[in-house]
Amino acid sequence: MKLLTHNVLSSKCLKGVSVGYPLRLNATDIKVVDVDYNSEFVSRMIPKINYSALYDAAQSIGHLNGLPDAVVDDFESNEDFLKAVHHVLLEVDIVSGDLECPESGRKFPITRGIPNMLVNENEVNEINGSNGYNN
Amino acid sequence: MACIKRKHLEQYLEDIEVFENPKVELEQYPTKPHIASHMLYTMQASYGDVENKLIADLGCGCGALSLGAAMLGAGTVVGYDVDPDALEIWNANCAEMEITTCQAVLCDLTQGFPSYSFPKQFDTVIMNPPFGTKRKGIDMEFLQMALHMASTAVYSLHKTSTRDHVLSKAEKWGAKGEVLAELRYDLPASYRFHKKQTVDIEVDFIRFSFPKTKCEKVKS
Ligand SMILES: C[S@@+](CC[C@H](N)C(=O)[O-])C[C@H]1O[C@@H](n2cnc3c(N)ncnc32)[C@H](O)[C@@H]1O
Repeated sequence: MKLLTHNVLSSKCLKGVSVGYPLRLNATDIKVVDVDYNSEFVSRMIPKINYSALYDAAQSIGHLNGLPDAVVDDFESNEDFLKAVHHVLLEVDIVSGDLECPESGRKFPITRGIPNMLVNENEVNEINGSNGYNN
Repeated sequence: MACIKRKHLEQYLEDIEVFENPKVELEQYPTKPHIASHMLYTMQASYGDVENKLIADLGCGCGALSLGAAMLGAGTVVGYDVDPDALEIWNANCAEMEITTCQAVLCDLTQGFPSYSFPKQFDTVIMNPPFGTKRKGIDMEFLQMALHMASTAVYSLHKTSTRDHVLSKAEKWGAKGEVLAELRYDLPASYRFHKKQTVDIEVDFIRFSFPKTKCEKVKS
């Protein structure tokens, strides 16, 4: 699981959980993979991701690799910054560990790189059967 | 980047492994390479919705659509599926094809994942959803979630017989659907309790997009 995936996951569908974001990350096995650097993609991602969640997650697993704690002003043209984000967002791969709901403490295991977000019927809110925005 | 030919994409997709023991209740059958390559090619060549994009694949199975999108230059593809066995194959396919831009999440999309992340975080959502043969309405649950996640477009397959329903629901959810192609789809017979090996059904390939004014109105 890359930190980009971590950035788009929440546990809000759990009963009694109001935000469920960001999930706490515990990693027991981390692999760094080589991914082709694509500056256009990375710079397009910056406004879309939650940067502080990315920063905190990377810090918590000791893989900041020089990532600054806030988005730099000239991010679109700042190659050093884009490369740092590229590395943290796309090359750091959590092979095993878990994700933890910040409110309920419910843990979601990560095995062979895949986070398991399956929950029992009785753990989910009833109103959210299909989605989070039409009630 | 996305300079590979459609025909080549189809050939690559021929090589990916598919469901070992398809689970009928999950409506597991892969998108055939021919159809998948045409879908993906249209998405990129006509709309530019693949290259450098962040894409979600709902009900990604063994990855026909995810891997195809990655081959066409997608920035990253996140695939979601409820079946761990399918995702194992998905992982193996990525490794085999040396694809590093795809990631999988194991989750039940009927439980609301992953719609609780920020709305519109993805550029494009692609899917070949269950048609609801086993769980009624699941195709529309997938569609509603997809529309919540995508900022630009959702590409999906739906039974032609449900077209009016699908398009009017989508409109209610703030999206405009356009039928790009009508396909003949050979569904394994088990899905229709039929004696023949496979049964042809008519399926629409639809692109949903968000007219500017309506887009703002979608509550988050
Ligand atoms: C028609 S198959 C498409 C597979 C793959 N996308 C492809 O194109 O080859 C539908 C997929 O949806 C998955 N699925 C069914 N119900 C689901 C659910 N509730 N949540 C997530 N995925 C589900 C199945 O496991 C299956 O892989």
